Amino acid sequence: MNRWLPFEWIAAVRFLREGRLQTLFIIGGIAIGVGVIVFMSAMLAGLEANFIKRVLTSQPQIQLLTPDQVARPLRNGNGVIEDPIVQRPSQRVISIDQWPKIRDQMLAMPEITAVSPTISGSALAIRGDASRAVTLSGVEPESYFKIVRVPDYIVAGEPRLTSDDIIIGTELARELGAIVRDKLNVQAASGANRVLTVTGLVDLGNKGVNQRAAYVALRTAQSLLGMVGGVTTIDITVKDIYAAEDIAQRIQAANLVKADSWIKTNAQFFTAVRAQETSNTLIRVFVALSVAFGIAAVLIVSVIQRSKEIGILRAMGTSRGQILRVFLLQGGLLGFIGSLFGAAMGAGALIYWHAVQRQADGSELFPLILERRLFIITALIATVTGLLAATAPALRAAKLDPVVAIRG
Amino acid sequence: MAEVILRLEKVCKAYNVGQPTESEVLHDIDLEVDRGEFVALIGPSGSGKSTLLNIVGLLDRPTSGRLTIKGQDTASLSDAELTHLRGHTIGFIFQSHLLISAFTAKENVMMPLLVDRGFPSPEIEAQAGRLLDQVGLAKFAGHLASNMSGGQQQRVAVARALAMNPDLVLADEPTGNLDTKSAEAVFALLQQVNRRVGTSFLLVTHNLDLARRCDRIIEVVDGRIQA
Repeated sequence: MNRWLPFEWIAAVRFLREGRLQTLFIIGGIAIGVGVIVFMSAMLAGLEANFIKRVLTSQPQIQLLTPDQVARPLRNGNGVIEDPIVQRPSQRVISIDQWPKIRDQMLAMPEITAVSPTISGSALAIRGDASRAVTLSGVEPESYFKIVRVPDYIVAGEPRLTSDDIIIGTELARELGAIVRDKLNVQAASGANRVLTVTGLVDLGNKGVNQRAAYVALRTAQSLLGMVGGVTTIDITVKDIYAAEDIAQRIQAANLVKADSWIKTNAQFFTAVRAQETSNTLIRVFVALSVAFGIAAVLIVSVIQRSKEIGILRAMGTSRGQILRVFLLQGGLLGFIGSLFGAAMGAGALIYWHAVQRQADGSELFPLILERRLFIITALIATVTGLLAATAPALRAAKLDPVVAIRG
Repeated sequence: MAEVILRLEKVCKAYNVGQPTESEVLHDIDLEVDRGEFVALIGPSGSGKSTLLNIVGLLDRPTSGRLTIKGQDTASLSDAELTHLRGHTIGFIFQSHLLISAFTAKENVMMPLLVDRGFPSPEIEAQAGRLLDQVGLAKFAGHLASNMSGGQQQRVAVARALAMNPDLVLADEPTGNLDTKSAEAVFALLQQVNRRVGTSFLLVTHNLDLARRCDRIIEVVDGRIQA
């Protein structure tokens, strides 16, 4: 008998040990439940983290654009509208007004980590007989590569952009039959054209994007698109990615620009994440409930089986409170021990799944995130669930009338 | 004059009071047990012996009348106070030994002490060891209760009943389920404890031979004590 344990613990542990098979089965049940929760939570967290990482390193978190150009109804004097039918005007590609001032303002904001002015427009990339429409992005590599990690996605060549260089998507290169160091003729809608050297091929993980991506130096794009000195967007990254929408709204309110955050432009992704979280929570709740019912059922049976012994204990001076605690403890112990096995099972399954399940390109499907916090919280919840589940059986045990119990 | 351990005055017990099925099991019981007295309680089945024992053992409350234990009136005590008084002054031995099967013989004897103190200690273990030795089961200290014979289990139960040094031991047919030889051994053990320690005993039995060897016989018939 362990001298450090009080009576209630000793009795609870002994009762559990004596009911060997019952105890084993219910611990198995709890372990499976906890394992499923651990596995699911960790995998979802990993997938989400992976997705966010991909989204955030291949696109800016906030993009400042020129405000929409709108037409107003023609008025003739106060309250007199001449021509109330207003058509939406075509959106000319124009530069952000006074963009260097806005850029400097952005750089001064503490919550912003990187700012990069870019210009984009459409152009044709021509090589021999093949020509393809591309989205031409003129960037300043030193600041832009902090926002979109182009160097991370380079699969051939190098991330170099001088005024005669171009980095293109892998699909585009394939369609044009171009490799690194080949020359491309890039022609803008206005007719301006330049011959540029391919310095790198990028794979941004999306076929459509890879078919159209073409990065050139800012000045090259400005001259091709006929907007010398102008930029069409200012790309921004922020410290706290989840605050992006708030910051975007503040910027939009204070400047003559339109600010789109990644949260707004990836609304679908967020809906998906939220749906997944909801279903995850539901599954957790129902698994916890079924575990709780299992524990309660086992303990109820135990109370019935032991009612004579409970009567004896009461006769020899055990208080109702002590009996109550003996059975509550059993519930808590079952939950705790089950959660330890469950966490080990969940982690094992996760490690196996992580090793086996690969993405198409052979990289990991999700990063293996085994946070200590997840295990501690799971063990805590399982223990509390066990305690709660044991309440009804424990109350029943404590209320047993010793006279009736002993007579059996 | 010897100290009175237990006094019942006009104790009645009825079940389902106020309902059509009301039945009075005990009528106007007057009874006194002195310190060191060995009293046999006999009577036919259903005469109310067990009910009387439950009331004396503070497991049940009388419907009316006064129950005094060591001079203390029990009517005004709360359930928790009754439990405490019971644990400290009364030992129980039941017909079917009712040891706790998850524990060894020695641990079963320790149980009342453990319940009272809260934590195990060398002192408690030593006390349990001494008691097991007294009932001749020192060798079986580490055996699980479920692995012992009926007579052995009942002797463990006797040791357990004595663990808290009770003033009064209530024994409900402690030999009822035992063969003659074991029954004799258990009874002899009770008498020995009674003489040496001075513990009072109230023994319910159907065995008249045993009853005759007690200091006093009280017969209960139809819920009344026969003169």
